[in-house]
Amino acid sequence: MVMESTMTAQAAPAQDAPTLIRMEGVSKRFANGTVAVRDMNLDIREGEFVSFLGPSGCGKSTALKMIAGLLSISAGEITVNGHPPGKGAEQDIGFVFQDPTLMPWATVFENVFLPLRLRGMSRADARDRIEEALASVGLAKFTNAYPRELSGGMKMRVSIARALVTRPKLLLMDEPFAALDEITRFKLNNDVLDLWARHKLTVIFVTHSVFESVYLSSRVVVMAARPGRVSDVVDLPGGYPRTEAYRTTPDYAENCRVVSAALEETMK
Amino acid sequence: MSSTTDFPAPAPEETQDPAAEMNASVERAARRERRMQVLMPVAALSSALLLWEFLVWYNEVPHYLIPAPSLIAQTLVTDFATLMDSMWFTVKLTLLSLALAIVGGVLLGMLFALSRTIEVSLFPFAVILQVTPVIAIAPLILIYVHDTFSALLICAWIVAFFPILSNTAIGLRSADHNLRDLFTLYQATPLQRLRFLLVPSALPYFMAALKIAGGLALIGAVVAEFVAGTAGQNTGLASRILESSFRQEIPRMFAALFLVSLLGIVIFLATSFLSKAVLGHWHESEIKRES
Repeated sequence: MVMESTMTAQAAPAQDAPTLIRMEGVSKRFANGTVAVRDMNLDIREGEFVSFLGPSGCGKSTALKMIAGLLSISAGEITVNGHPPGKGAEQDIGFVFQDPTLMPWATVFENVFLPLRLRGMSRADARDRIEEALASVGLAKFTNAYPRELSGGMKMRVSIARALVTRPKLLLMDEPFAALDEITRFKLNNDVLDLWARHKLTVIFVTHSVFESVYLSSRVVVMAARPGRVSDVVDLPGGYPRTEAYRTTPDYAENCRVVSAALEETMK
Repeated sequence: MSSTTDFPAPAPEETQDPAAEMNASVERAARRERRMQVLMPVAALSSALLLWEFLVWYNEVPHYLIPAPSLIAQTLVTDFATLMDSMWFTVKLTLLSLALAIVGGVLLGMLFALSRTIEVSLFPFAVILQVTPVIAIAPLILIYVHDTFSALLICAWIVAFFPILSNTAIGLRSADHNLRDLFTLYQATPLQRLRFLLVPSALPYFMAALKIAGGLALIGAVVAEFVAGTAGQNTGLASRILESSFRQEIPRMFAALFLVSLLGIVIFLATSFLSKAVLGHWHESEIKRES
């Protein structure tokens, strides 16, 4: 992958950064009676890389969608960047789904253009930003390709470029790499860490992989199922800058053990 | 190394590098396939016609039973003026009913996609229109509507309308749910959602419906005209067939029948071409895969 040489070094997020997301007593009950999330309390500071880790049905995706404003909240309150979810005047959230979720009828360029177009920006005005976003995920040469011509990993990169084209503060990722092969996933993990540092993003990353969550995040929120709830929060401030070498450090192995144990606890 | 005679001059066939050679062979194969796609059906059709001609001649079948293709062709020439008048009438009827079916089907389909309540309330009417054979309603319509052309138009419209309506409604609903969420996330207006998400998602469904409705509009036009008989003065191909049958002019029946088929084929080709033009660059149904 082609990355710009002037990379902002990854560093542990500042402890005194202002709070970006506040969840207070948040619950979600679906129409069929399922309690997907029960009484979730969480503060996320600017610049954090937080993973929601848990088994299927623990409400991690539901929590993410509530933060994005895509699902209503049954009880409690969420504040995102000072306003209720989805109510900001300017859309300041980027969202990456488990599937690339690209429009098959549109080229890579048009797909990345979508968020800006919906905002009323003209193609000419948007061109620089689109090309910049595509370059930052290493797809500068594929602007005129159709999604079906790309591999799974490349489609996911287009999806990430689309999420970043509005220059959001907050990037929400819902198991984005679960369907990819391991080689591609490791590569994209590194890319996401780079983008996080370079754009000073706050990232919430939903995953069911202990190893992925430990590699990526500065904090892992471990969730339990039935009903979905937060069972543990593990801080992982060390290891920066995290590169492939980090995967083989004793530190990484120890963190994986701790998080695995926390996850094990939720299954009991 | 001044002499070039150290290396024998390459033979003309070997001047091309292997990659170009391979490209050329691939292209040759593609050209051959394209030629075969035209040649084979033409050859098959010609053989069938020749066989027909031969059997009629050999068995001395009288022309009032089965006319030879040559006689049908001759009739097409001698009756060209009247047949063309009829053809034009049928073309007008078919295309106009198809156009109205598209307008009505798309508008109502959008309404259905917008509101489940409207769909649930109105869908029975659409189904009743669809399942009642047009040939059974046509006499009623001909009684209530004085202008024959309008009556025929209504009949043809009824037949062509339903596929457009149901496919448009399904197509508009078929948009990917994550993409819908994405549009919600970026606070798209309803119009933006329609234009950039729902319409493109519905296009493959609509195109499939158009292919069906094109053929159905023609069938509706012909069937309705059969029911109407030769009531109107300015009449279409169906009336020509009916009229020729009364007069035992079998070659003319065949000639008119040939024109009806031709019209159907042209409509099919046009809608297929349109579908390819609209979906060809992205939709799986129109993408040619290499084997």
